[in-house]
Amino acid sequence: MNQDLNKIKLTDRSQVVSNKKMTLLEKFYLPAIFKGLYVTFTHLFRKKTTIQFPEVKRPVSSIYRGMHVLKRDEEGRERCTACGLCALSCPAEAITMVAKERLESEKHLYREEKYAAVYEINMLRCIYCGDCETACPKEAIFLTDRFVPSEEARDNFIYGKDKLLEPIDARIDVSKRQTPEVLAFKKDKTQLHNK
Amino acid sequence: MDVIILFKTALIIVILLLSLVIAMYATLVERKIAGFFQDRLGPNRAGIFGILQPVADGVKLFFKEEFMPATADKFLYVLGPSLTMLIALLGSAVIPWGNTLVIGNNVFPLQVADVNIGILYVFAVTSIGVYGIMIGGWSSNNKYALMGAVRSASQMISYELAMGMSIIAIVMMSGTLSLKDIVAQQHGLHWNVWYQPIGFFVFVISAFAECNRTPFDLPECDSELIGGYHTEYSSMKLGFYLFSEYINMFISSAIISSLYFGGYNFPFMHELGLSHNWLTIAGTIAFFIKISFFIFLFMWVRWTLPRFRYDQLMRFGWKVLLPWAIINIVATGIIELVKH
Ligand code: SF4
Ligand code: SF4
Repeated sequence: MNQDLNKIKLTDRSQVVSNKKMTLLEKFYLPAIFKGLYVTFTHLFRKKTTIQFPEVKRPVSSIYRGMHVLKRDEEGRERCTACGLCALSCPAEAITMVAKERLESEKHLYREEKYAAVYEINMLRCIYCGDCETACPKEAIFLTDRFVPSEEARDNFIYGKDKLLEPIDARIDVSKRQTPEVLAFKKDKTQLHNK
Repeated sequence: MDVIILFKTALIIVILLLSLVIAMYATLVERKIAGFFQDRLGPNRAGIFGILQPVADGVKLFFKEEFMPATADKFLYVLGPSLTMLIALLGSAVIPWGNTLVIGNNVFPLQVADVNIGILYVFAVTSIGVYGIMIGGWSSNNKYALMGAVRSASQMISYELAMGMSIIAIVMMSGTLSLKDIVAQQHGLHWNVWYQPIGFFVFVISAFAECNRTPFDLPECDSELIGGYHTEYSSMKLGFYLFSEYINMFISSAIISSLYFGGYNFPFMHELGLSHNWLTIAGTIAFFIKISFFIFLFMWVRWTLPRFRYDQLMRFGWKVLLPWAIINIVATGIIELVKH
């Protein structure tokens, strides 16, 4: 092993433990106590780290992985074809879906011949890894920078299409997640689902 | 004479209400200060700057489930917190909150009862305080509560000794047991703290222990005792226990200020040229400033020092504080002998 490893410290504030006898002054403890009081006193006037949540939001990174969205295409049709790749790739097994065949009259609603009649994500199981997004060949599911709101009952955390599908008149921007690396990855023909 | 009685009654009510309100807001201030010490903001959602927080806390405590263990001694179980609260409030009776107000031909002293054994009364009252805790811990019929109560009782008794000893030196110096006279003797800047620094330290440390404040908050130790003597208490009965700690803190601060920091006396009080009544009012304000400082000190120390271990606590009380208090008495005795 490298000799220098012994010198590595986690912080620069660590001190060597010593069992030396205390001097008379030290035995009174009061100087040390006053020093401690001084330290805490200076903290009274420090800048506070509190973030006042509803008013001030903590900035999240542009590729933050939050609540999912099911995207529609340019014509407002649902992109998901219920292939099940997302469910398969999900390490937490949070995704469940029921596939259905599209009728002739529904061509304006769904992009592919098959669509997800039921699409549910259990937000309590989900670990927000983003694998579903990577797996999806149809660019249908993305993670967004939105938070999953708190709920009082567990059932409410099972998000169906009513909560996941983006509304036609309020599309959700996921372009920030399309980093060059992601786009290159999606074009990679060695990946099974990109073929 | 009737006017005096009327005035005293009013004074009692005012002091009681004041103690309650100050204790109420001390809980908020404590949480705020705790926040500041830890670079947080503390509660600030209820009302502006969180000033409705104590009210919200109170309402919450009232609406919480009232739970009484089936095996508890019902009478004692209720008596515990009530006694603690009552005793905490009793101490305020002998504190001189100010000099006298002269209205017409009547002289109104701003003190409920000028008993000539004021200090002894304070000690008598604070030492009953241990019963509230002991009864609470015992009647809960729970091992943890009992252990918490025993720890608390032994702590309070041990530190009461040192406290009493540190007071004796003051009594020797002033030659009186009346709090009013002791305060009056510390006119201007002749505060006892200059003459009794060791006694002052011993007294303040014991006062911290008596109030069960950190670093002496052994009775409430979540990690070992699941909360200590009030483990089985819920809703407002628990509230009484927690609340009385803040009242105790207020009364202790008042007693420290009057014994060692001149009570309502403040420097250069006669150079201001105020009339007697205004001087009294200014003195009372000065007194409350001193009290506020000591309440702040209680909190300041709480968020600075870690809790003692039980054996350390006992060793400190018996082997450090008590000897120092006795040395202080002997030294005071010698000085007084030389002076006369
Ligand atoms: S983010 Fe990960 S855990 Fe969550 S649903 Fe997608 S694949 Fe499953
Ligand atoms: S991988 Fe995409 S297209 Fe396939 S089921 Fe999931 S969301 Fe739908």
